[in-house]
Amino acid sequence: MYNTTRRRGVRGAGLASVVALALTLTACGGSSDDGGGTESGSADDVKTALEKGGNLTVWTWDSTIPKVAKDFEAAHPKVKVKVVNAGTSKDEYTALQNAISAGKGVPDVAQIEYFALGQFSLAKSVADLSQYGADKLADSYSPGPWNAVTSGKAVYGLPVDSGPMALYYNKKVFDKYKIAVPTTWDEYVTAAEKLHKADPKAYITADTGEAGFATSLIWQAGGHPYKVDGTNVGIDFTDAGSATYAKTWQKLIDGKLLSPVTSWTDEWFKGLGDGTIATLATGAWMPTNLKTGAPGAAGDWRVAPLPQWKAGEKSSAESGGSSLAVPAASKNKALAYAFTEYAAAGAGVKSRVKDGAYPATTADMTSKEFLDTKFDYFGGQEINKVFAQSASEVAPDWQYLPFQVYANSIFNDTVGKAYVSGTKLTEGFAAWQKQSIAYGTEQGFTVK
Amino acid sequence: MGAPAPATATPAEDRAPRPTTGLRTPRPKRRGGVNSPRRSVLLTVLTGLILVYALVPLVWLVINSTKTQTGLFSSSGLWFGSDFAFFSNIKDTLTYNDGVFVRWLLNTLLYVVVGAGGATFLAVLGGYALAKFQFPGKRGIFAVVIGAVAVPGTALAVPTFLMFSKMGLTDTPWAVIIPSLISPFGLYLMWVFAAEAIPTELLEAARIDGASEVRTFFTVSLPLLAPGIVTVLLFTMVATWNNYFLPLIMLKDPDWYPLTLGLNSWNAQAQTNGGEAIYNLVITGSLLTIVPLIAAFLLLQRYWQSGLAAGSVKE
Repeated sequence: MYNTTRRRGVRGAGLASVVALALTLTACGGSSDDGGGTESGSADDVKTALEKGGNLTVWTWDSTIPKVAKDFEAAHPKVKVKVVNAGTSKDEYTALQNAISAGKGVPDVAQIEYFALGQFSLAKSVADLSQYGADKLADSYSPGPWNAVTSGKAVYGLPVDSGPMALYYNKKVFDKYKIAVPTTWDEYVTAAEKLHKADPKAYITADTGEAGFATSLIWQAGGHPYKVDGTNVGIDFTDAGSATYAKTWQKLIDGKLLSPVTSWTDEWFKGLGDGTIATLATGAWMPTNLKTGAPGAAGDWRVAPLPQWKAGEKSSAESGGSSLAVPAASKNKALAYAFTEYAAAGAGVKSRVKDGAYPATTADMTSKEFLDTKFDYFGGQEINKVFAQSASEVAPDWQYLPFQVYANSIFNDTVGKAYVSGTKLTEGFAAWQKQSIAYGTEQGFTVK
Repeated sequence: MGAPAPATATPAEDRAPRPTTGLRTPRPKRRGGVNSPRRSVLLTVLTGLILVYALVPLVWLVINSTKTQTGLFSSSGLWFGSDFAFFSNIKDTLTYNDGVFVRWLLNTLLYVVVGAGGATFLAVLGGYALAKFQFPGKRGIFAVVIGAVAVPGTALAVPTFLMFSKMGLTDTPWAVIIPSLISPFGLYLMWVFAAEAIPTELLEAARIDGASEVRTFFTVSLPLLAPGIVTVLLFTMVATWNNYFLPLIMLKDPDWYPLTLGLNSWNAQAQTNGGEAIYNLVITGSLLTIVPLIAAFLLLQRYWQSGLAAGSVKE
């Protein structure tokens, strides 16, 4: 099988563009599994594939998936699932892109975050799963994640987790300095001042410029800096939502109220553990990271609704969250879909939730058992209630760029300057916009 | 530490009573020398600093491998925490993810035994031939070898990747082993060593006695080359054991990862949505990773020291 693919891959390599190569591979991938020479599959194919069995390679960095793979193997003894951690996020996308271009070593299932899925779906590098019946799952998911994996009628992946945002805060620190939990971002700035004054080593949060965070808060503020319609792309960071975010965040930067620690470093985890980083506005998947990364702070943390841009409003956003997609070059797409559905919508969800993942399926998100779960790490708080509320308030119609992975990679060189030099955030956004437009145009998009 | 008695003095003379009158022969003023090197405070302090600089990371590693994930962030980095989790850390490191660490350890051993062992073998053969046989083009080879020493392996990694990718060898252990087989520095070292360590007359004698070249090589030359072989083996071993970039670009399948890549993937795991932070296992794993290297150095020390000094004195 490898040989056929490679030979055809080499023939395809004559074609100039990567997209074209991906399309060639799509064709041979389709022909080798059903022998019919067409790309289409059906729900029956999935059943047949499960009965026939076979080998699957799954690329994921999610620590709850290996267990799901074992359960799946137990349920379908003829299927062997190999779970590979091919790196996280951007590393994986690079590897996946390379594998797709080379036509070799492409996994059957890959974890892809919502912000990156557009890049793969637009190039048709991932299969449209609606042919296997994925479109019938629309009602199972909350609208935010479902919107993120679909484009028109096509379904490019199944949401495997979601990240409705909330404010994680260290109650011990807040109590110690008698700071009220902020309900608006203005109150958040005040709390930041108060905390840093009381303890010069403590900061309200750590931020050295992170694209995902900034875009999520712009999303919450009702901004729509990205407008994507196929290959027509609009980028505009001068809209009201972006301006609101930049104005407030500039205050935190100017007041030196943000800890200069970069997220996801060991220093960051240390700060989260010892109370020098007092809050985190992030997605619902964070509890696992907190529990393992800052075990020393067990019992100190709580979760509150995300502060609002206008008092009394109810608006939220998503941060992170990912899908399982089936690369078009997979040689066993029907079976791959069976696994994807099992892990993202079927029995696998329960097992993942038990291990601390935050689901994207409404039934699991609203089940009494899930909502009533008490978390020792959060002092026995029923945190899922906060997240579920947030999920229902996510601002509609957010879009990411089809080249968001690249755009995020240049965030630090543009917007990030505001954190270390005299540049203003708004200037940073203007530079980010300009460079993103330049790259998009280079890649053949019509960018305005 | 006084100056030693003059070398010419015999024990008898030493014991003889010294004349109480008359001129006292001044003792020769000898400061320093091979047997009684001069002490320098500055030098001692500098050496001490470098020793600390070299040892602190190791000490840090040993101390922190005794801590749990909690203790790691709540105690000083250079002293023990209140918890002692050394043995449970080792157990967890070896069993986490179905014991994938053990698999990585075996992979690394495979790469070292086949890669570094093979590289040493090739370097010995090549170095011996270059030192002891005359053939046209030797100068050219010399230039190529010296040039190759100067090219860092990292610079060759991408072209090597493209080549192996064409051959369909990426994501297989061969992609790591084959490039490791080439060690220009090892070849050069063996060449120089063989030129010094094996007297040409000995080879001529063997030839006159009718021994074939192969037999001469194995029975006469190889034992003489032993210290050099150990030196080259150590060099290639360390290089292969620590290799990171080559496997990084060649391998995607964690089942074939060496320890370096595996530990890095554990480290990266903390930096993602929903990932589990296991810094304590990363640290304990790193400690376990350097133990075999330290053991190899201690065991082979004798040979490699004599290897380094070979040919430095004309006897």
